[in-house]
Amino acid sequence: MMLTDSNADVNEPLLHLQEIRVRFGSYTILRDLTLEIPRGQTLAIIGESGCGKTVLLKSMIGLVRPEQGKVWFNGLELQHLNEQELTRERIKIGFVFQQAALFDSMTVGQNVAFPLRHHVRMDAAEIPDHVVERLAEVGLPRHVVLKKPVELSGGMRKRVGLARALILDPELVLYDEPTTGLDPIMSDVINELIIRTRSRYTVTSVVVTHDMRTARKVADRIVMLAPVDQLNDGDPQIIFDGPPSELERIQDPRVGQFVRGEAGSRLTEVLH
Amino acid sequence: MNSAVIQRTGVLFADWMANWGRVVLDGVETVGAMTLFAWKTLRWMLTKRPHPESLWPNLYQVGVLSLPVVALTGTFIGMVLAVQSHFQFSQLGLESRLGAVINMTLVRELGPVLAATMLAGRVGSAMAAELGTMRVTEQIDALDSMGANPIHYLVVPRVLACLFLIPTLTVMADFMGFVGGYGYSVAILGIDEHYYLYNSEQFVEAFDLFAGLFKSFFFGAAIAIVSCYRGFHCRPGAEGVGHAATTSFVISFVLILMLDLFLGILLDSFYYTVWPQGASLF
Repeated sequence: MMLTDSNADVNEPLLHLQEIRVRFGSYTILRDLTLEIPRGQTLAIIGESGCGKTVLLKSMIGLVRPEQGKVWFNGLELQHLNEQELTRERIKIGFVFQQAALFDSMTVGQNVAFPLRHHVRMDAAEIPDHVVERLAEVGLPRHVVLKKPVELSGGMRKRVGLARALILDPELVLYDEPTTGLDPIMSDVINELIIRTRSRYTVTSVVVTHDMRTARKVADRIVMLAPVDQLNDGDPQIIFDGPPSELERIQDPRVGQFVRGEAGSRLTEVLH
Repeated sequence: MNSAVIQRTGVLFADWMANWGRVVLDGVETVGAMTLFAWKTLRWMLTKRPHPESLWPNLYQVGVLSLPVVALTGTFIGMVLAVQSHFQFSQLGLESRLGAVINMTLVRELGPVLAATMLAGRVGSAMAAELGTMRVTEQIDALDSMGANPIHYLVVPRVLACLFLIPTLTVMADFMGFVGGYGYSVAILGIDEHYYLYNSEQFVEAFDLFAGLFKSFFFGAAIAIVSCYRGFHCRPGAEGVGHAATTSFVISFVLILMLDLFLGILLDSFYYTVWPQGASLF
C-alpha cells in the first residue's frame, strides 16, 4: 500500500520553497519566503496570529497558489504539474487540519477510509481492518467508526484527522495548529502522537503552532515568521531559524517576546 | 458657485463614478469566474463518472424530497389560474375555453418556472449553505489535499441531479396543475367537463410540452451552477454561509426569469418558422 516514490533523490530536500509571495487582495501575507525542509526532519513554524503560518502550510501542498516563487516537492515543481500529477503528489502528503475538517455527512470510518477508497485498489472487505488499525494507533477504540464527527470531542476529532492523514503512509505530514483548543493533557497526547508517527513511519513533518510547548517537544528545527506589516522593506520574514535549544539565546526581542509569551508593547496597542 | 463647492462636487462625482466602476468590475469578474467554474464542471462531467456515493444522495435530495412541495404548489397554481381566468373569460362568454388557457399557461410557462423556483428555494439554497459550510470548515481543502477534486466530487453530482430530475419535477408540476385547474373548473365553477378537456386537447400541443421541458434543463443547470459557485466562494463565518444561501436563490431566480424570456422568444421563433400557420386560441 506504500505510495512513496522510490526514484526520488534522498539527498535533496523533500520540500523546497523559493522566494514565494502570497497576497490576498492588496494584503501581502508571505513575502519572498525561502525554506528548505530535509527528509525526516520535524519542523515547527511559529509566529503570532496572522503572520501567514497556515497560508505557508497550504502553499506547500498547492492549496494556496503563490503569485510568485516556486515550490518543489520531491524534486517536482508543483506549479507545473497537471491535475493528475498533482493528485499523485498530494497523496504522498497527509494534512491534519486545525478543526480536523472531517466530512460531516460521513461516519468516522468512512472519513478515515476516504483516501483508501479513492486511491488504492483494495478489496472492500479489507478496508475496515485498515481503518480500525489506524484508529487504534491514535488511541481510538473500534466502536467510533460508526459515529458521526459531531458526536466526537475536539481531541477525538483531531485524532481521527490524524488517522485519516496517515492512512496512505505519507512521506510528509503537515499539521495545522494540532493542539489548539485542547486541554493540556490531550495536547500532550497529540504531541506524543506526532513524535510516535515520526519514529514509526520515518516521515517528514511540518507543524504550524503557536504553542511553544508543542514546538519545543516535537520539533528538531523551529522557524519563526513575522507578520509582513510589522517588517520594513527588505527585512526577511523569517526572524528565527534553528534548533529549539537556540531559542533562549537569540537576541531578537520579537523572538524572545513570543517565546516567553509577553504582551510587551502590544498591550499599549490594546489599551489606547 | 465658488470654487470650493465645485471642487467638492467634483470629488463626490469622482467617488460615485469609482463606486459604480467597482460594482461593474466586480460583476464582470463574478460572471467570468462563474463561467470558468461552469466550464470546469462540464469538463469533469464529460471526462470522469461521478462517484455513486455522492450521486445517489443528491438524486434523492433533488428528486424525491422535492416532489411533495412541487406537487402541492402545482395544484394550487392550477386552481388559482382557474379562478383568475374564469372571471376574465366569463365576461366574454368564453368559459368553455378555460382548459386551453390554463393548460397552455401551465405547460409552457408556470410548470417549468414553478418547478425551477421551488428547486432554487429548496435545493439551491441548501446546496450553497452546505458547500459554504464545507468551505468555511476546510472540508473542501481536505478533499483537495487528499487528491479528490472538489468540483468532480461535490459539484458534478449536484449538477447532474438537477439536470436529470428537473424535467421530472416539471412534469409533476404540469400534471398537478392540470388536476387542480380541472378539479376547480369542473367541480366548483361548473365548466362543462367535455369542453374543458376538448379545448385543452385542441390547443395544447406536444411542442408546448417540449418547450417547457427544454427550458427546464437550462433552469436546472443555472440553479446548480449558481448555488455550487456561491457555496464554493463563500465568505468566512456564519454570515458568509447565510449570504451564500440567500444570494444563490436571488441570482438563480433572476436567471430563471431571464432564461425564460430569452428561451421563450427563441422557441416561439423556431415554432413559427417550422409551422408558419401557428395555432390560435380563438
